[in-house]
Amino acid sequence: MTVSSVEARSAPAVEVRDLRKEFVRRSRGRRRRVAALKGLTFTIERGETVAILGQNGSGKSTLVRLLSTLLLDDGGTARVFGYDVARETRPVRRLVNRVSVEASFFKKMSAAENLGYAARFYGMTPKQTRSEIPRILERVGFPADRRNEAMEHLSRGMQQKVALARALLTSPVLLLLDEPTTGLDPRSKQEVQTFIREIQDAHDSTILLCTHDMDEAESLADRVGLLDRGELLFLEPVEQVKRRFGVERLEEAFFAATGRSFEDEANEEDKDREVFA
Amino acid sequence: MSAIAELKRRGVVRLELIGLAGVIERNIYLVKRYIWWDVAFMLWTIANTLTIVFIARGVDVSAAQQNELATKFLVGGVIWAYLGIIFEIVTETVAWERWEGTIEYTFMAPVSRPVHLFGMGFFAVLYGIVRASILFVAVVAFIGINLDNPNYPAALALLGIASISFIGIGMMTALQPLISTEKGTQLGFIAQGMMLVVSGVYYPVSVLPEWMQWISKFSPATYALRGIRAAILEGAGLAWADVWPLLVIGTVSVPLGLFVFRTGERYAKRHGKLKRSG
Repeated sequence: MTVSSVEARSAPAVEVRDLRKEFVRRSRGRRRRVAALKGLTFTIERGETVAILGQNGSGKSTLVRLLSTLLLDDGGTARVFGYDVARETRPVRRLVNRVSVEASFFKKMSAAENLGYAARFYGMTPKQTRSEIPRILERVGFPADRRNEAMEHLSRGMQQKVALARALLTSPVLLLLDEPTTGLDPRSKQEVQTFIREIQDAHDSTILLCTHDMDEAESLADRVGLLDRGELLFLEPVEQVKRRFGVERLEEAFFAATGRSFEDEANEEDKDREVFA
Repeated sequence: MSAIAELKRRGVVRLELIGLAGVIERNIYLVKRYIWWDVAFMLWTIANTLTIVFIARGVDVSAAQQNELATKFLVGGVIWAYLGIIFEIVTETVAWERWEGTIEYTFMAPVSRPVHLFGMGFFAVLYGIVRASILFVAVVAFIGINLDNPNYPAALALLGIASISFIGIGMMTALQPLISTEKGTQLGFIAQGMMLVVSGVYYPVSVLPEWMQWISKFSPATYALRGIRAAILEGAGLAWADVWPLLVIGTVSVPLGLFVFRTGERYAKRHGKLKRSG
């Protein structure tokens, strides 16, 4: 699967119709079904950056994992460039990569070794990665003299840069960013956000950014959606959201849409959903 | 098949081979990074095998009989250690990735699951043979076993053929860490122990109860142990009587192992278990 063969297909980058996912929660000998996604429907056009906002347990990570072929849905459909994520996993996997909140690497292995391992799974030979890995690490601002150092010796910010490099190394046409700046110090956060802007400018990638950072969503996305307890309450350009709720800030829109503040404590069901996120 | 379809197929094969090489390459990196753990584990394995082989030295028989008994124990100890490595590595296809947190990235990558599992199996065989050889040489040198006419190529070839079945069974044991996010490799230990107890690891199969002797016919370790002992002690070549059962068991166990793993993967994807723990 190549970018050119993707271009030949006319389908949107992401097309989700009535997507549902439930998990079974067992507590004190009782089984309970918890709805993580309740009939999600939305479309993301090619080259668009869409941010999905939501609290912990709102279903953001479930959505990302469904689109990454790591979960099977309980109803509805999700398509990536026209390919069904449940039935046509191979082409979907060639088109998608992701960056999640945890950098997730083999900690004893170096950045270069980890990137080499990831690249092989996408068909890159050692000859290709010998030149490509230093180039991509330089682009994300990773110091060249540290690329052979074990990941466990790198800061969270550094590790997240390597995670971005891993995602970009495979030239994904759809990039899924699941809270990529959560837990980073302000400087690292800014560097990662700057790099996401560079991707938007320089690549033809479509980006789905899941975050609970309202400012991040506002500054990076063409459209912003609000996922609340498994339901997508809206997905519109930021200005349209503000106009619709007659507010100045996205936090106020969240309150207007849900009746809760963004910092409100999660209820029991939210916590159950979070377990599976 | 049209020329375009054939080219496409070749492209897919090339991508899969690069992916397979990637799995082996990653495991080599991990061995390098954890080399002192491997050295420590190797010393433990040597000591453990010595405790078994020394039993032969305490048996009140002639020196030649002691030597034969020690060799039989040694082959049993080496196969025990080898199987341990195979099951540990194949089972860790999931367990290690879950522990490191890389499981989601690996399982969403566009490499087929059989290639992924065969990559782990292939590395396990290479690494297992290196460790088994070191163990064999170290124990022979330490105890001073006399080997008159050993046929090492035949022993290695038989181990290689048996490894196809071991990998297939290892794929089935990899199911446990796939569906249980907390526990890891216990099913591998169970398979290793159950298989060896019925296969005559330190004794002839004939001493087992009849029902266990019947089960031993389905264990690849039975034929591996019998053939390798004959090759080391008597210099025997590859015996078809040992080879064909191994080929049959391998032909059944690999597809069955892949089926079990795929079923487990679907279960994990349905229930949200294909994720890092913690």
